[in-house]
Amino acid sequence: MRFLTVSGPPSSGKTSVILKALEVLKPKALKVGVMKFDCLATNDDRLYAAHGIDSKVGLSGSLCPDHYFVSNIDDCVDWGIRHGYDVLISESAGLCNRCSPHIKNCTAVCVIDNLMGIDTPKKIGPMLKMADVIVITKGDIVSQAEREIFALKVRQANPLATILHVNGMTGQGAGQLAAIIEHATAVESLRGAMLRVSMPSALCSYCLGETQIGKEKQKGNVRKMILD
Amino acid sequence: MKKLTIAELRATYPYVDDFFDVNGLVVENDSQTVAEYIYNLPYLFLENMGLEHESLIKHFRAFMSSMQGLDKSQVFAVDSLTIIGGTDKSGQREQTEVTIERGEIICIVGPTGSGKSRLLADIEWMAQNDTPTGRRILINNVVPPESWRFSLNHQLVAQLSQNMNFVMDVSVKDFVRLHAYSRMVRKPEKKIDDVISCANELAGETFDPSTPLTSLSGGQSRALMVADTALLSASPIVLIDEIENAGINRIKAMRLLVDQNKIVLIATHDPLLALSGNKRIVVKNGGINQVIKTSKVEKMHLEKIIGLDKVLTEYRERIRNGETLQHIL
Ligand SMILES: Nc1ncnc2c1ncn2[C@@H]1O[C@H](COP(=O)(O)OP(=O)(O)O)[C@@H](O)[C@H]1O
Ligand SMILES: [Mg+2]
Repeated sequence: MRFLTVSGPPSSGKTSVILKALEVLKPKALKVGVMKFDCLATNDDRLYAAHGIDSKVGLSGSLCPDHYFVSNIDDCVDWGIRHGYDVLISESAGLCNRCSPHIKNCTAVCVIDNLMGIDTPKKIGPMLKMADVIVITKGDIVSQAEREIFALKVRQANPLATILHVNGMTGQGAGQLAAIIEHATAVESLRGAMLRVSMPSALCSYCLGETQIGKEKQKGNVRKMILD
Repeated sequence: MKKLTIAELRATYPYVDDFFDVNGLVVENDSQTVAEYIYNLPYLFLENMGLEHESLIKHFRAFMSSMQGLDKSQVFAVDSLTIIGGTDKSGQREQTEVTIERGEIICIVGPTGSGKSRLLADIEWMAQNDTPTGRRILINNVVPPESWRFSLNHQLVAQLSQNMNFVMDVSVKDFVRLHAYSRMVRKPEKKIDDVISCANELAGETFDPSTPLTSLSGGQSRALMVADTALLSASPIVLIDEIENAGINRIKAMRLLVDQNKIVLIATHDPLLALSGNKRIVVKNGGINQVIKTSKVEKMHLEKIIGLDKVLTEYRERIRNGETLQHIL
């Protein structure tokens, strides 16, 4: 089964570009499934269903979304293989910029948009810097010059990635993404696979449900700002 | 390059600092090589940033080679662009094959929904029978390499449309500087002044270089986009989608672009723009219906339209400035 991780800040256009790319792949009649990881709620499963695409939703709720992702993704891949999928796409939002769901030897796509400001490529960490493919969206509504400046900043942040410009509304550029999805790395299982970078770590009292503020309550892996 | 210290690298490749900046790295001692610097970074620091020694080194090499590629890339000479017809919305074949030469202005006319923007999008995408129209685009009579679609160095096409807005949180001057930088312009200060003064000539109302980019008016934004495209962008093909209502000096804007020896295509409803081209493509129901050469008689009409436009502009200016039209005959 082909498997890839698609990540990107919230509202960057992940679902739109995936849908446009899958539209291009339609004539190939592949069995495609999407695993949507989110925190509290998502409507994306309905969007996928409206386009005739199977999807499953995982909501991390009160857990760290990344840790939730990594503790479920191997089962998702097993599930996909068990049900005879040709392609399985994991879609997840990067929330803290330090996180990244990308896995070694699994095609990794990061979706960002032109409206996020020129410092964004620098601010987004491994999710962008460790991706194989970076999809830039919303290029049709900003000036040509800003698009060029933004693309350069992305190139500087990740000089190894393939950069694609995809229009999530018209689907312009989706053909290339479709080819990447179709030829994503083949996997049999993720057991033993390695994350490209470690996940943000934390094990403090607040992880365990503490709600009261104050020194006495800060236990475990706590790090303090230097203010003076 | 491997043996050079950071100080030496900085002298030859000023953009090396962007590498440190984009990765959140601070260089305190520039007498070491980049490899030494990276291997001396504390593990905990890298862990916090989500980085690793090996991959950082790999990124550094790729960074330098892609920036050098950008630096060396020359403006690619486009002498002609050819549109080979596909099908219209009903699946009927378009008969046409249209070739446009360097320095030509071609207008695209047709009612809303007829397919003007689609035609421009086909050109931007360098369509090869892979868009809904089935059109194909040739550059200098041959199929352009697929890789150009992704390349930063081969930006063949620059676009300007009514949907585009400036979104960056910087001043006009800093914006132009950033663009000049991304084009690796050697002496940016002169270029920056040129672009801004040219934009001011095109705009109805002038603006200061320190103005925040996002607070420019619609007209000022278009004027700056045109000036920037003409003077700073390396793209030899310029696609313009309905910017007529923007309140800029359209005649000057077109002349500016053509003077830079660009191929210009404009989708428009504006008779002044439509007749200022050498030819106009008429689209109907998604297909190229005919190509009309602007005739001598039409050029005479154009003079008349320009005259009318002047009168209209003058009236507008007067009324805007609180004057009356009382004494004008
Ligand atoms: N030859 C064609 N085949 C199929 N669809 C087309 C064709 N030409 C245009 N369209 C579609 O028709 C719609 C309107 O076209 P558009 O280019 O936006 O019109 P205009 O810019 O003239 O107002 C768009 O959705 C476009 O993709
Ligand atoms: Mg249009």
